[in-house]
Amino acid sequence: MATHALSPAIPAYRGGIYEWLTTTDHKKIGIMYVINSFLFFLIGGVFALLVRTELAAPGIQIFQNEHVYNESFSIHATVMIFLFIIPMLAGLGNFAVPLMIGAPDMAFPRVNALSFWMLPLGGMLLLLGFLTPGGAAAAGWTSYPPLTERGPLSSPGPGQDLWIVALILIGTSSILGGINFLVTIFKMRAPGMTLFRMPIMVWTILVTSVLVVMATPVITSALVMLFIDRNYGGSFFLPDKGGQAILYQNIFWFYSHPAVYVMVLPAMGVISEVLPVFSRKPLFGYKAFIFATAGIGALGFSVWAHHMFTTGAVFLPFFSLMTFLIAVPTGVKMFNWVFTLFRGQLTLSTPLIFSVGFLTMFLIGGINGAFSASVPIDFALQDTYWVVAHLHYVLFGGSVFGMFAGIYYWFPKMTGRMLDEGLGKIHFVLMFIGFNLTFFPMHMLGIKGMPRRIADYASDAGWNDWNLAATIGGFLIAASILPFIWNVFISLRNGKIAGDDPWEGNTLEWATSSPPPPYNFDRLPEIRSERPLFDARHGLAAHGGHGGPGDEEAPKLLEEGDHDDQGPGDAA
Amino acid sequence: MTAEAPAIASGSGGVAHADPHAAASGHAQRGISNPILGMILFITSEVMFFSGLFAAYFATRAANQPWPPDVFADILDPLGPIIIATIILITSSFTCQFAVWSIRRGDRRGFNRNIAVTFVLGIVFLIMQAFDYTLLFGEGMTLGSGPFGTTYFTLTGFHGAHVFGGVLMLGVLLYRGMAGQFSARHHDAIEAVSLYWHFVDVVWILLFSILYLL
Repeated sequence: MATHALSPAIPAYRGGIYEWLTTTDHKKIGIMYVINSFLFFLIGGVFALLVRTELAAPGIQIFQNEHVYNESFSIHATVMIFLFIIPMLAGLGNFAVPLMIGAPDMAFPRVNALSFWMLPLGGMLLLLGFLTPGGAAAAGWTSYPPLTERGPLSSPGPGQDLWIVALILIGTSSILGGINFLVTIFKMRAPGMTLFRMPIMVWTILVTSVLVVMATPVITSALVMLFIDRNYGGSFFLPDKGGQAILYQNIFWFYSHPAVYVMVLPAMGVISEVLPVFSRKPLFGYKAFIFATAGIGALGFSVWAHHMFTTGAVFLPFFSLMTFLIAVPTGVKMFNWVFTLFRGQLTLSTPLIFSVGFLTMFLIGGINGAFSASVPIDFALQDTYWVVAHLHYVLFGGSVFGMFAGIYYWFPKMTGRMLDEGLGKIHFVLMFIGFNLTFFPMHMLGIKGMPRRIADYASDAGWNDWNLAATIGGFLIAASILPFIWNVFISLRNGKIAGDDPWEGNTLEWATSSPPPPYNFDRLPEIRSERPLFDARHGLAAHGGHGGPGDEEAPKLLEEGDHDDQGPGDAA
Repeated sequence: MTAEAPAIASGSGGVAHADPHAAASGHAQRGISNPILGMILFITSEVMFFSGLFAAYFATRAANQPWPPDVFADILDPLGPIIIATIILITSSFTCQFAVWSIRRGDRRGFNRNIAVTFVLGIVFLIMQAFDYTLLFGEGMTLGSGPFGTTYFTLTGFHGAHVFGGVLMLGVLLYRGMAGQFSARHHDAIEAVSLYWHFVDVVWILLFSILYLL
């Protein structure tokens, strides 16, 4: 096909590993983000398995002491949040956004490379904590003072300092990435790509980047204050020296609640690309979805204190109300997705299955979240396994299923080869069962009063069965990763050749070759709606004028109504 | 899924015959340039960073009365050397803007002169801050001397670090200006650095107001 971009004569350059280490190409950087994040996913997963093994039955002691257990769950959460979910979604965005808006690269390609390379550095600093006396950070991913202040009974060792420095580095990487995304989206769009013709994925990355740029510096300020407290005799968070421990929680959650949306909005964007393609319909309510995304982003800044209900230091009615309110735009999105599927011509491919996994699991995570938003219930469930269940249904059931949908969806574009559908479905089934077996019992454990972050429990507390089920589920999740790795491994060598557009996609990345040339596009189809490739396939692009044969053909095509499609994309 | 992309394949009909170079460069040629927008967003993130520090300052101050504590009752005198440092930094913001206006007119010599003055004023401010710190240390006020010292040195210290970063950028501008790398059409770096320098100045005015006057 003519869309195959011809490779120009490339001047002599050093290939192989040197090219990857020095690249400023957003696609290569995006792929490195994905690989790096996946490696940290494996590391975080090992810590999760250690935690689950410890809790499988009462009395088990697999660690030399319980402090190592504390290190394990702290590093598990930190790695999964800051080195897996956030950068994995940023990586998918890095790969997809310039392609989707018809740009040759990000606005600042070298800053983009800098953003990426801070991540492995930050991750190494974090994990180096295990080699220091006293071990890695062990105060949970929230690292509340005064537990994290320096002191013989709190956090004496350098592990906590390494945690702080690592998070500042990773945060700076996020901020630079967010700025890069925003300038790219505002300034680098192809002719015709108005804001309201951008793919939903680009919109969610846009809102996410606003959250990153506005919220991440705030946690940086909390971290530097904690660092000053620990190392230079400061007294920000030390009550005995005139500071306030709650102050840290306020500043921390002012970032970390919007961070929840940083972790889920791009995954919502991914499935909003996948669902229309595999149900052969435009997204139901394109603009409603965008306004809902912006609404979630705005409301996200006004709900942080619902993490602090039991401190007695926050205005409960306000934060409870705002938290319930944020369910409204999220509910709008559920309607968008469900009605996109409704009466669609579904192709049950792996990306679609993972997206439906997102829909169902995220729905549970939203509903049990609404329970926690209610102040009296939260007082009962605060710091129990209910909260662990909720956050995993949102972050794993939501974000992780969404990002696997994205990986299966864009793997052909990244590599030029298809992933194997059979192995993909085995991956999904194992992961879906394992996920629910791990995290659904945690609801029961929470209601039965099991606190988070404990290394052992009494055998007569009534928690044994659910804990064993959760541990078995955890190993099932680990097993589900094996077919995925095998799939990637064999597909890179022998996978079906993808071609430019294996899914009959709607968005611009499918208009160039797979993998795309370094500069992305030789030519772009005309952009008249949020589905330029659909328009090009069905001759609707010329409908808006510009002459050409499309002028007469377009109405006829509409009447023929092939594929049950619903006409121009802006009909939503 | 029979319909292949005929429009694209035939290169007629729905395909925009865009100049491939225009598509490849992808620039929307209107509005502010990428570096300036990037700097504005960076400053936004810096504003949020300082917001965190300011919030901590007010929360700490509200919980600790009297403020400043009796030991340091008169240590922060707004009419001491600090007022001179403040005037110097505000002046440097003006000279920085004069430099921008100069280069917009294409006046390279005027740009070099103004940016050199700005650069020197920034360094003088840093020297005065260091001098101020030694005086305070001499009086026994440090990061470790309770909430007052902690917040004072954290806020002014991070501001000083930003001034230092700005001085480095001004130094690069001066070097590039003397090498003749800027013109009336090509000076995005100058516009961006001047925005940053004004931001640093505004932070100082806020800091001076809440630390010394309020």
